[in-house]
Amino acid sequence: MSVWNIVLLGSVIVLALKLVGYLVPPSLLERPTPARVANLLTVALLSALVVVQTIGQQQAIVIDARVPAVIVAAALLALRVPFILVITAAAATAALLRFLGWME
Amino acid sequence: MATSSEASAAIRASLAVGLAVSAYGISFGALSVASGLDIWQTCVLSLFMFSGGSQFALIGVIAGAGAVPPVAVGTAAITSAALLGVRNSLYSMRMGSIIGGPWWRKALAAHWTIDETTAVSTAQPTLHGQRVGFWVTGAVIYLGWNLTTLLGALLGDLVGDVRQYGLDAAAAAAFLGLVWPRLRARQPIAVAVGAAVVAAVLIPWAPSGVPVLAAAVVAVVVGLTNWLGRSKA
Repeated sequence: MSVWNIVLLGSVIVLALKLVGYLVPPSLLERPTPARVANLLTVALLSALVVVQTIGQQQAIVIDARVPAVIVAAALLALRVPFILVITAAAATAALLRFLGWME
Repeated sequence: MATSSEASAAIRASLAVGLAVSAYGISFGALSVASGLDIWQTCVLSLFMFSGGSQFALIGVIAGAGAVPPVAVGTAAITSAALLGVRNSLYSMRMGSIIGGPWWRKALAAHWTIDETTAVSTAQPTLHGQRVGFWVTGAVIYLGWNLTTLLGALLGDLVGDVRQYGLDAAAAAAFLGLVWPRLRARQPIAVAVGAAVVAAVLIPWAPSGVPVLAAAVVAVVVGLTNWLGRSKA
């Protein structure tokens, strides 16, 4: 599967999902179960992505400078620091640890 | 007329949200190039997919898979992006009654129906403010997100290995930042922890992308049974 196939197919599906909602009667949204599953799906996917991006490397678990960087991000998020600063601080933490040679 | 003050309040909110999100496109562009996509592929994602969570998921899953990712990785990448895009369907159901007008207006609105446009729009007290909020936020983010994506992709291409700048950690922090505001009740917190454990356990055993998809099962099970739910609904 080429990267172009993935990019285009993914884009078409995500765009179609946005269109679908305008065709569906709004009453479905008021039903609690579909709304709840959709919300929790977002939470589960994002949280799994945090884990995979933090400790995953292909098919191995690797503990490196990403781990302290994510801990810094969590602390800043708890302090309600704006999103863009949190991202920057996480990148800076990992970059600094690697520059100093303390972690991979 | 109160109309102009409603509109200007909506425009202020649109600009604040729009500019903050646009800045974040730089990290998407740079990370996408670091994940093995070229500049064109990166820009096509921002132009046509135009949904931050889905875009990050797609590049995150195919990261390091090479020029021709295995079919399993490609399928997982597309499915992850689609699953994260499902919430846009809920937003567009909500926005349908606010946008109104002919079909082509709704079709254009659909492309811009994302977290931020829906959030700004539905926060406005009047229908006029809601419409202004939607279109201004959409325009600011669409323009800003695509320009910063291109900038990030160009910079990312020039600077070489982005790990030395900590951009891999920035991706993890970005996902954490996106999920953080949703962790306000027991049920989503339980799902987040369960999903994290499932993903971590599967990393060494399953191909790239599968851990993320398997974690989605946690949400479906908890959502259908309403385990730890606030009300009996």
